[in-house]
Formats: sequence, structure tokens, C-alpha cells
Amino acid sequence: MALVVNGVEVATDEEGYLEDLSSWTPEIATAMAAEEDVELSDEHWDIINFLREYYEEYQIAPAVRVLTKAVGKRLGKDKGNSKYLYSLFPYGPGKQACKYAGLPKPTGCV
Amino acid sequence: MATKKFMYVNRKAPYGTVYALESLEVVLIAAAFEQDVSLAFIDDGVYQIAKGQNTDGIGMKNFSATYNALGDYEINKLYVEKESLEERGLTEDDLMPIMWEDEDDDWAEKPSIRIVSRAEMANVLADQDVHYSF
Amino acid sequence: MAMLHIVNKSPFERNAFKSCLDHAVAGDSILMIEDAAVGAVDGTVFADDLKAAMTDKSVYVLGGDLAARGMSEDRMIDGIKVVDYAGFVDLTADNDKTQSWV
Repeated sequence: MALVVNGVEVATDEEGYLEDLSSWTPEIATAMAAEEDVELSDEHWDIINFLREYYEEYQIAPAVRVLTKAVGKRLGKDKGNSKYLYSLFPYGPGKQACKYAGLPKPTGCV
Repeated sequence: MATKKFMYVNRKAPYGTVYALESLEVVLIAAAFEQDVSLAFIDDGVYQIAKGQNTDGIGMKNFSATYNALGDYEINKLYVEKESLEERGLTEDDLMPIMWEDEDDDWAEKPSIRIVSRAEMANVLADQDVHYSF
Repeated sequence: MAMLHIVNKSPFERNAFKSCLDHAVAGDSILMIEDAAVGAVDGTVFADDLKAAMTDKSVYVLGGDLAARGMSEDRMIDGIKVVDYAGFVDLTADNDKTQSWV
């Protein structure tokens, strides 16, 4: 599968995850979201940026439970719950947000 | 469902075989089931958590940083056998300072690594319900 | 007729490395790769065996494999030479025969 961003083809796997992590740009995230009729807000970007930082530090995409807890710690208790995360990423915060962030599917996520 | 004590026994050096990486992946997946998880590093397994791993020269993914994420998964009992370190000319200072944050103690950072003697390790292993060997 | 012996198993886990030392003869070279690289570190229970072999044999380690396992070169037994992949190729070319102790 391929996604076209600014006229450049970006390789993704059959589920839409980026083939090459290092080729990620914010424009790719915006384009992936647009394909699913999502317009990225600052709240979306908070989560996407957090995921990228987490991956940079630990070399894995965090499980949803870990993401929820970490978001609560960083962005406030009112955001550290799955209701908030699902309101932003209705297809599942792990899968959908990781995809936009250019990360592989979270370990343990089927 | 009653909580069971799960022990992952790691006895191989990283990179030369796939055991270390496989173990880590299974641990992270199993963490979703919220059991009481411990890891043991025995024999060459101690190299898995050695400080300063640099895989640039062998073209493999350096997964050592991922051990530092274990605390986020509520895995904070990493037993390391003292004799295994000594036989390899290593001390605790040669290991990564793997920490976890205690949510009930204002996110205080606490060490996850527990250095135990071979005799103590035997007791730790005997005290578990389920063992996975890598 | 010098021989290059290549070892890839940790000396603490298998007897392949020890068997290699027992079968190598004076003038031979021994190259540690993959998990065997940890055998280059001094102060281990294996160090004396390797030092004994080094009295009449040359010992090499693949630097990338040592670094991957977090072991710095300054903690190696004195006299072990670090090689890269090109050095590995040179060793195979410089010796008449090669044996791998898998």
C-alpha cells in the first residue's frame, strides 16, 4: 500500500503502518488521518508526539495501558483515561495513534 | 482469576541467539494480563542488561533500552544472580540502572534490579507458580 | 600450516570454546565472534584458560560483537587484538585453513 504525501509516495504495510520509521513527517500523520476523515487537533498531536518520544527512548510502542497511565501523568488526570483517548482515536488509541506517529503496531496489540 | 506468579528465566547473551529478544517480547505481551511478573538473569543472561550496549557494528536493533520500559508495565522485580556476574568479571555497576516509578509514592524512582546469591535465586525460583525459560 | 579457529559460543555456556583451545596448536589464530566475544573480558572464570592459550597463539575478537554486549575494549585481556569485518576477512586469507567451533 502506498500513501501519497506532497506528491511523494510513502510505503505502508497492509494495515497502513509506515514501512520505514525514519521517513515519518508531520505531513504524513496529517495525510494518514485525512484518509480516515480525522482532522488532527493539538490534543491529537500531544498523543502523537508523546508516542514518538516514547519510542525514541525505549524502542517500543507502549501498550494502551502504559500509554493511558503516562498521558495521565504528563497531561493531567482528566486525560489519563481510555474514554479521553478513544474520543481522540476511535479506532483504538494504540493502533490509530501509533499509526499516525509512524510507529509499528504496539507489542501485544492484536 | 487468582494472580499467579510468573517467572521469566533468562540465561543467554543477547544478539548471538534470539532468546533474549523473544523473552522480552513475551514479557511485554504477557504484561497485559496483569499477573505478578518477575525476571531472573542467570548465567549469560546477565549480559542482556549490561550497560553501554552498542550494536552499530553488527547491524542489529539494540533492544537494551526497552528493559527501561519494564517499570511502565509494572514489572519491577529483576533478579540478577551475583555469582553469574562474578564469573564473568562483572559487578552491579556494569548493569543498566533499571528503575520503576512508584505511583503510590509520588512517582518516586526505585531500582528494579535485585542482586541475589545463587542460593537466594534458587528460593526465588522455587517460590513461583509458572516458569518460562529462555 | 597455520589454522584460524573461529568460535561463536560463549565460553560460559558451551564447551565449544574450551574444546577449541584444547585442539589449537602453536602458531594458530583464534577469532571470537558473536556470543564468544564475551570471552575476551579479563577477570572472568575463563580468562586463565585463554591467557594460557595466548602464550603461543594469537587471539582476536570482532569489535562489533564485543560492543553489542556492552563490553568495552579496555576491559579485555592484554594482547587480544580487535578486528572489524575487513580484519575478519584478512584473517581467513592469511591462514591456510579455517575451522569453526560451532
